[in-house]
Amino acid sequence: MGSKPRLMGYRRENGSMGIRNHVIILPLDDLSNAAAEAVAKVIPGTLALPHAFGRLQFGADLELTFDTLIGTGVNANVAAVVVIGIEPKWTQRVADGIAKTGKPVAAFSIEGKGDLQVIQEASRVAAMFLQDASGLVREEAEMGDMIMSIKCGESDTTSGLGSCPTTSQAVDRWVAAGGTVFFGETSELTGGEHLIADRCIDEACRNLFQLTYDNYIKVIESTGANLLGSQPTQGNIAGGLTTIEEKALGNIAKTGSVPVVGVLKPAEAPDPKKKGLYFMDSSSAAAECVTLMAAGGAVIHLFPTGQGNVIGNPIIPVLKLTANIKTANSMTEHIDLDVSGLLRYEYDLTKAGDMMMDVINQTVNGRLCKAEVMGHREFTFTKLYISA
Amino acid sequence: MAITPPQYLLHHDGDNVAVAMMDMQPGTLHGRSVKEGTESTAVLNHAIPLGHKFALTDIANGEAIIKYGIKVGLASAAIKKGDYIHTHNMRSYRWEASRA
Repeated sequence: MGSKPRLMGYRRENGSMGIRNHVIILPLDDLSNAAAEAVAKVIPGTLALPHAFGRLQFGADLELTFDTLIGTGVNANVAAVVVIGIEPKWTQRVADGIAKTGKPVAAFSIEGKGDLQVIQEASRVAAMFLQDASGLVREEAEMGDMIMSIKCGESDTTSGLGSCPTTSQAVDRWVAAGGTVFFGETSELTGGEHLIADRCIDEACRNLFQLTYDNYIKVIESTGANLLGSQPTQGNIAGGLTTIEEKALGNIAKTGSVPVVGVLKPAEAPDPKKKGLYFMDSSSAAAECVTLMAAGGAVIHLFPTGQGNVIGNPIIPVLKLTANIKTANSMTEHIDLDVSGLLRYEYDLTKAGDMMMDVINQTVNGRLCKAEVMGHREFTFTKLYISA
Repeated sequence: MAITPPQYLLHHDGDNVAVAMMDMQPGTLHGRSVKEGTESTAVLNHAIPLGHKFALTDIANGEAIIKYGIKVGLASAAIKKGDYIHTHNMRSYRWEASRA
């Protein structure tokens, strides 16, 4: 430990640094999933990102879908993008949003042509994109070049004791090295939101955080629903967590000790000149949250778990760590780092942080994480309300 | 760090609940606080699984459950020192509608 690890990534046209080199086939809408998946079969090595939405959305909900699609294409882990939509206008809007980065993008629409012709045309372009991407070479990277995101799932009491404090170590080290980190899970701060407010860097940041939090909670409370079993989840309860407040303090235990420098809307990219820890307004549902954070520019994600959440993401590695010895032993194909020894006092938190950084560094440099190996590619949109 | 693995952990000295570090049977357990490193023993009244909580003090119905040095809920029934604590005798104080 101590010596600076050599990190290698892919420098994109706009200066951003990625750690993967995906050529993605991005459907604009649910109707275009079939064609996108067909292209990815014709040109193996490209990656289709099917999803459930993109039609008849409106207002802020539609904007979030555009931000999610464009942000995903813009992500530095993506080398090139083929966008396929049912009609040309929205398809082109997504392609244009991605093209601002300078990376290769092509748009295809299905109406008036049919799936088969689009699959043929798009496959020719995808083939070219894939071959060109394969020729890109990794170069020296710094943590300061990259965005890391954090979010826990199927947490239990061991999360707040072990895996979340270990994640905190990585957050503090990443930010100290000049990097940027996202955390989120708005409702899951309940009972500890004052701790985050206290860490906001200035009054404007604090006010925006409080407003964002209050708005989210208003929506939840307006339903009057009994949330026990949803938040905390049934898995959380099985793992010994009883209330949202107890869960929240475990959640917050992973956010490090650095100040919160900004508040982001869902899928929003931070100011690249302002590095540090950002709060992103987001659901606490794993796939929704990681999808939004990847769309905001995160290239690697740390995911502390207690009971064993198995989530992955199509374009960013999602590293799992747990301090629950049962989960570490029973779900080895999903867990990248077992820190249960921390709770047995076999090593201290600094050592657990060192172990975490080793796994992060290997993953940055191209070693697949368990979720990538297992083919977990959850690409899940946050829906704000009903479609028209 | 040659420390016998603790059977329970509490986050802070002064917390009134502790977390079992393995599946535990009733009896006297040894544990420690994570923040201060204070070693202690405590009696457990019920069998509880890894990760579940028990009371370190008597807690009256309606009193605060303290973990991380912070209120994380309220007792929804009278809790005796050593008792298992979960949704049957603890509830959120923030989300009133969220209770067993």
